[in-house]
Amino acid sequence: MERRTKLKSLGELFLTFAKIGLFTFGGGYAMISLIEDTCVTRKKWITQEEMTDMTVVAESTPGPIAINMATYTGWRRAGIPGALAATLGVALPSFLIIFFLSALLKQWLEIPWVARAFTGIRAAVAVLILSAGIRMAKKLPRKPLPLGIMAASLVILLTASLAGFHVSSLLLMAAAGLLGLCLYNLRDRRKEAGGK
Amino acid sequence: MTELFFGFLRVGCFAFGGAYGAIPLIRDVVLSYGWLTEEALVDMIAVSESTPGPIMVNLATYVGAVKGGLPGALLATLAVILPSLLIILLVATALRRAIRNPQVQAALRGLKPCVIGLIIATGAALAVKQVLPEGSFDWKLLLLTAGLGALTLGWKKLRKSNMPPILLILIAAGIGILL
Repeated sequence: MERRTKLKSLGELFLTFAKIGLFTFGGGYAMISLIEDTCVTRKKWITQEEMTDMTVVAESTPGPIAINMATYTGWRRAGIPGALAATLGVALPSFLIIFFLSALLKQWLEIPWVARAFTGIRAAVAVLILSAGIRMAKKLPRKPLPLGIMAASLVILLTASLAGFHVSSLLLMAAAGLLGLCLYNLRDRRKEAGGK
Repeated sequence: MTELFFGFLRVGCFAFGGAYGAIPLIRDVVLSYGWLTEEALVDMIAVSESTPGPIMVNLATYVGAVKGGLPGALLATLAVILPSLLIILLVATALRRAIRNPQVQAALRGLKPCVIGLIIATGAALAVKQVLPEGSFDWKLLLLTAGLGALTLGWKKLRKSNMPPILLILIAAGIGILL
């Protein structure tokens, strides 16, 4: 009997997150509100506080935000099997859709009007990426260090990709993380010393 | 195949800041291994934005499918998901406090503006390369890009919300067909 309820809750987790994966367009951030609505308000699987907490954790850890949220909710509900069920559920619909599209896209692009449509779409993608970046930049604290790091990485990557040489994004990220670690720590320590 | 797995494992391990944060990394990996042309990658970003689900998962599935069929798609998708799954389980079970650790937060505060810079640079590089293909100058695309940018800004001002990506993509597709 216990085993059956456990299986049932795993199935419910899987189906719920599959539905969330199937109906959210626009990636992780769009998903957060749907997850909140489903898992906090309706099913009461996690509390509002946990949800807020988890959003912070999802943003501070790498990986797709939707996957991070699904893993956590699944784990809270049914341990590691729950985490696996929810994560698989959220990823499966997109996997299937994209897998079938990948076979078709190449053929579609040979049709002249589709190819022309994609010329326009490429411009839209550049605008989307730019505006997402600018939106995030607006939320940065207006202080020399974050703005300096942002400007430096922007200029380095832009020059490199227009001039056609390769700069590793990972290397830049590691340098920025290290810089943050040193400078912010130094400042906090100095503040503490000044406070005393 | 192992390249696919490890390439996307790297993306999954270091993609901070959600889908847009992952795009510079995916571009890095895809272009340096020569898996796709930049143009094909941009097409795929558009498809990922217009289909449901996490954009990073969509991109991994697509690149994997193009390079290695069903097994390739499975491997790449698994690789991009695996690090998050493990990290979140670790955080949930053992490291609840680690994430609030001042050292970790200091590093993240340095990392975040860098990721934003990389995202803006990627968008700008794509725009410039489309307007200036191979030494020529495409004024129609310049107008289109500027128009779409203005539309995004105007939408935000008037409707107080972000323009849905899929709507922008549909408008751009329509104009592209007419051009």
